Amino acid sequence: MMRNPYRTQRIAFSFLFLATLLIVVPVGLIVVIIIQKGLPAINWQFLTDIPRQGMRAGGIFPAIVGTVYLVSGAIIFALPIGLLAAIYLSEYSKDNMLTRLIKLAIVNLAGVPSVVYGLFGLALFVVFFKFGASILSGSLTLGIMILPLIITASREAIESVPYSFREVSLSLGASKWQTIRHIVLPNAIPGILTGTILGLGRAAGETAPILFTVAAFYLPRLPKSIFDQAMALPYHLYVISTQVPNVDEKIRYGTALVLLALVLSMNLIAVVIRYKFRKRKKW
Amino acid sequence: MVTFEIHDLNVWFGSVSAVRDVNIEIEANEILSIIGPSNSGKTTFLRTLNRLNELNPNYRMTGMVEFERNNIRGMNMEELRRKIGMVFALPLPLPLSIFENVAYGVRMHGERNKRVLERKVEEALGQAYLWDEVKDRLGESAFKLSGGQQQRLCIARTLAVGPEVILFDEPCSGLDPISTAKVEEAMLKLKERYTIVLVTNNVKQAARVGDRTAFFLGGELVEVDKTDKMFTAPRDKRTDGYIRGKYG
Repeated sequence: MMRNPYRTQRIAFSFLFLATLLIVVPVGLIVVIIIQKGLPAINWQFLTDIPRQGMRAGGIFPAIVGTVYLVSGAIIFALPIGLLAAIYLSEYSKDNMLTRLIKLAIVNLAGVPSVVYGLFGLALFVVFFKFGASILSGSLTLGIMILPLIITASREAIESVPYSFREVSLSLGASKWQTIRHIVLPNAIPGILTGTILGLGRAAGETAPILFTVAAFYLPRLPKSIFDQAMALPYHLYVISTQVPNVDEKIRYGTALVLLALVLSMNLIAVVIRYKFRKRKKW
Repeated sequence: MVTFEIHDLNVWFGSVSAVRDVNIEIEANEILSIIGPSNSGKTTFLRTLNRLNELNPNYRMTGMVEFERNNIRGMNMEELRRKIGMVFALPLPLPLSIFENVAYGVRMHGERNKRVLERKVEEALGQAYLWDEVKDRLGESAFKLSGGQQQRLCIARTLAVGPEVILFDEPCSGLDPISTAKVEEAMLKLKERYTIVLVTNNVKQAARVGDRTAFFLGGELVEVDKTDKMFTAPRDKRTDGYIRGKYG
């Protein structure tokens, strides 16, 4: 029997397409199920009230606020350090042992499991620096966790600015720093921003790093300072799903929906920024 | 008056020798054309003059380059590059407006006064024969200009910082004949005020605009002479062969 190459190709394409389609299914299902089960819980009171009756009623406002604090803290810490490190690595570092060591450290930092960050944060910030279980400790821990993400995204953004722009700027007598400040960075900002927002999303969704460093099991009020403990959405979800009996399914899925919406909307913002700047890009 | 004096210049990139034992003087207010096949070291030589080669970590040089009697290695890099401008092979506008492209270098050297900037931008665009074409659209992105206009914008940008020398690195390689003619016209005019070193792949261009012409081959300076003489009676057989288009 003759083999028909076109049919073979069609079959191969079908399999490739099916495999690709399979990626959409879990995402779609997660979103649909969570919206379906969680949407009935969402109302103004749920979003703005404190948890009541041992978290079986009321809202999740302190957890939302806690997550916002933690994420902001993580970014305040990680963005400047990550950006400066990325500038150094892309523009100034020579290819020597130290640089290779730093790059290796970044790769490994990205590969550390998040629960290990939690333990590290507990040992360093909570115990050694005596910050206690606090927003400060949690933010720093999350910040360290997203550092590699921000460094890598920033480096890619900086290195994607054409080399010729740097040559032109230097050839006009601008200094290296002026070149970085006026030519490289303005054109790298979209990439840096995208990486930062993805880091935000990651920080907002992680439970393990905040488990030992900040998260309060039940704290039906807003944190008073950065040395205060706080509730946070992912941990709150864990608590009401496994640690507290008889929580209405609606409340659990409602919490999940809020968390999901928060993280997905950050990703969406990143996509929009990238898209807008790519359209504006002129080279 | 001599602008550049180059003694025994040797350049390597890693272990690859790019320029060998070059001795040459470049006079003030002349156009020195540098011709030669690709990989003959012309661009490397050019980029030695404004120390742009030093961006490459594998770059090494021996010998001495003197600019107005000062060893360039002892000079302040920013000051040196302000005095020795460069126009690159491809039109490379910065991702800024037309105005800001020309004002960029001036700003980087500390000029903040808006009037002074405006005056310098207009002057520079005028000298590059571009003012009339862009005066009503200075705020537009420089990428909206045509290739030839972009290259003249790059010339204006170089002029705006007030250089004494302009290095042209095959400035017309990406341009059509009409744009090329405009750039050449600008160069001939600029010679009155600036020293020009022009690296070109186009032998005819060297003949048209160069006062003197230097011929590079395999990293060596084969011959340098008045352009007329070089093109009518070259001393070296290899020069003759290249000019006649036997290789290259």
